[in-house]
Amino acid sequence: MTRARRWLSGFGKRETWAAYLFLLPWIFGFLALTAGPMIISLYLSFTNYGLEQIAGIEPTKRVGLEHYHELANDDKITLALKNTFVYTLMMVPGTMIVALALAMVLMRISKALGDVFRTVFYLPQITPPVAVGVLILTLFNGSFGLVNRGLEFIGIQGPFWTTDPSWIKPALAIMSIWAVGGTMVIYLAALAGVPKHLYEAAEVDGASAWRRFKDVTLPMISPALFFTFIVLTIAGLQTFTEAYTAFFGPGTGGAENPDAALFYAIYLFREAFVNFHMGYAAAMSWLLFAIIMVITLFQVFVSRRFVFYQGQR
Amino acid sequence: MLRRWKQAAFLAALAALVATVFGGATGIASARTEDRTASKHFRIMGFGPGDEIANVRADLATEALARADADVQNPSGGFDDQKFLAALASRDVPDIVYMDRKKIGSYAARGVLVPLNSCIKNQKLKMSQYRKVSVASVTYKGRIYGIPEFTNPITIIAVNSVLRDAGVKPADLNTRNWAKLRTAAKKMYKSSDGKVTRIGFDPKLPEFFPLWAKSLGLNLLSKNGLRAFLNHPKAIQALTYTNQLIKDQGGFDRFNAFKQSWDFFGNKNQVDQAQVGAWPQESWYYAVLARTTKAELTAVPFRNKAGGQITYLQGSAWAIPKGSKLQGLACTWARVMTAPGSWYKAVKVRFDNQRRLGRPFTGTFTANRTADVKIFEDLYQSFGSKAYDNAVRLLVNVQKYGFEQPASPAGAEYYQAMQDAINRMLSGKQTPRAALNQAQREAQTAINKAKK
Repeated sequence: MTRARRWLSGFGKRETWAAYLFLLPWIFGFLALTAGPMIISLYLSFTNYGLEQIAGIEPTKRVGLEHYHELANDDKITLALKNTFVYTLMMVPGTMIVALALAMVLMRISKALGDVFRTVFYLPQITPPVAVGVLILTLFNGSFGLVNRGLEFIGIQGPFWTTDPSWIKPALAIMSIWAVGGTMVIYLAALAGVPKHLYEAAEVDGASAWRRFKDVTLPMISPALFFTFIVLTIAGLQTFTEAYTAFFGPGTGGAENPDAALFYAIYLFREAFVNFHMGYAAAMSWLLFAIIMVITLFQVFVSRRFVFYQGQR
Repeated sequence: MLRRWKQAAFLAALAALVATVFGGATGIASARTEDRTASKHFRIMGFGPGDEIANVRADLATEALARADADVQNPSGGFDDQKFLAALASRDVPDIVYMDRKKIGSYAARGVLVPLNSCIKNQKLKMSQYRKVSVASVTYKGRIYGIPEFTNPITIIAVNSVLRDAGVKPADLNTRNWAKLRTAAKKMYKSSDGKVTRIGFDPKLPEFFPLWAKSLGLNLLSKNGLRAFLNHPKAIQALTYTNQLIKDQGGFDRFNAFKQSWDFFGNKNQVDQAQVGAWPQESWYYAVLARTTKAELTAVPFRNKAGGQITYLQGSAWAIPKGSKLQGLACTWARVMTAPGSWYKAVKVRFDNQRRLGRPFTGTFTANRTADVKIFEDLYQSFGSKAYDNAVRLLVNVQKYGFEQPASPAGAEYYQAMQDAINRMLSGKQTPRAALNQAQREAQTAINKAKK
């Protein structure tokens, strides 16, 4: 029996109907709010869709690959992609390392204290990104911000985080790492699931703390690491709110629109909603989709070597 | 067991159906309710309830529309391009919009706004009462697309205590003499431990770069908005000079970090705390200072190289989007909102409020010359503060020397190119010449693409 026939034959059972009925709202939402707009966006990336077309003043005309050629020749695309990649390369490993370190510390302390600190570490996660964007300029102010005052206290002359192009992305990455709570909670759950007998066996064999971490902990929590690696990478490549609020929002007066903070999503937003180049912005969004897809596929490919699922042979 | 599954599935589907139908019905019902309560429903986007200057005029305009059997929906919130695009896409456009004059050219060039020439004729609107430069900023290819409101003229605000401390006179802040201004800025500048503790003179880059270029006699954009002059030698000269001012005062990093620490709208603002000597600022900030500080200040005009006063005017305008169903009423609304009588009544309320609170009235500066004359000749009285009296007198007078950026089909891209160039230069990535050359290429390319 072919796969299709096997699938169709499932509809003879009442449970199948029930399952699909429960799935229907999500399917509808996915089609109407995700797949549908994606297909329309793909179509628009091959057209001259802009303000005149939105207002119905002029018809939408196909322009073929014109926008994609423009992408290849747009210097700002290169700049925006570079900024986005650099930021992601800082934010992803930083978040994973800090989250894992915090999770491991929380595993070792008492439950009562652990509950308190788990809450404390999670609180930044629920801070609205717009508020974080506003905070960046205050906390990271080169002369008077708390971060540099703290560094001065330990004898370090802090940089001008919000005006020096070399330090803008690190400042944004640090603020992102500050909201490490969600990732930490995932690692906590993964660490709690590592069988204790593996550590005992490793200790009996004379493994040091580092060997136990490298050969027991990391492989056993590798699925969680892999999941967060993918999710954080996608989030990093799509970063928008904090950087936009801090450097491109209406209150900045233009004085804080540095090229160093021009992330891909911000440039896309600007092209679509400020310059009204909707077709071009649609092409940009598909370029980003392709980049994220390639990176994710690469991550999945690499995961076969490094990710261990319990129960696998 | 199976029956329970069936029941559960059925109930879930039924709940989803009811929610969808109910939600849709509520929407239809509320739309029907709106239709039933008013024969005409006039919708505004981008204005919203505000202070007494806004609300008094809006009440007058609402009364005028009520006589035409229309009620007014004026939701809060400023003009948002995304909301407007969504309204255009859904063909549910508001009847009138209130937007920055700098945006009018971009929307007009794309046919999204209605030219107001017939509206002006039907309403018998005397355009001569409005400031020529403000009308020019909303005129594209000979057609007027907006009725301008405020002008927000710019003067230099000098903090007397800082000037005294540094041995600088207000006359030293004459932008006609750049060398003298630079010396005054250095004198007033203070730093400690490598941090700026007082800015001498803030040139306000990139926002006021057009003003600096104008002081050399250069318009950065042609009158028809189709030609940019961002890399003109005078533009490079203006940018080089203003950059030098900032370099003299700690360099951009320290300079801007210090500015970001100011409590700009609060009681411990940079004037109150003597954190700045002088800087060019729009007129509305005098009202903030009158409310927050007793610090003495002096208003100094911005001057060109010939010694004449100049100022940079900016503000919003009323525009009618294509697809507006009540264009006649929109014209009436714009006329009443900007009429001299409406301005007078609104400013009278503001004036009385300020008197009651014991604060100086720092003026309201409109794009309607007739209104301004009426306000300041018939209404304005001294509150006993010589500084604010002088400031108001200067602001009233300087408007006639004002300029505005013309309407351009790629206004947003032009401004962005200029800002990006200046920010690249400020961060040390490019020289003024290289930055403005790049800006010129980007701006002119965008204008050429957008013009039809």
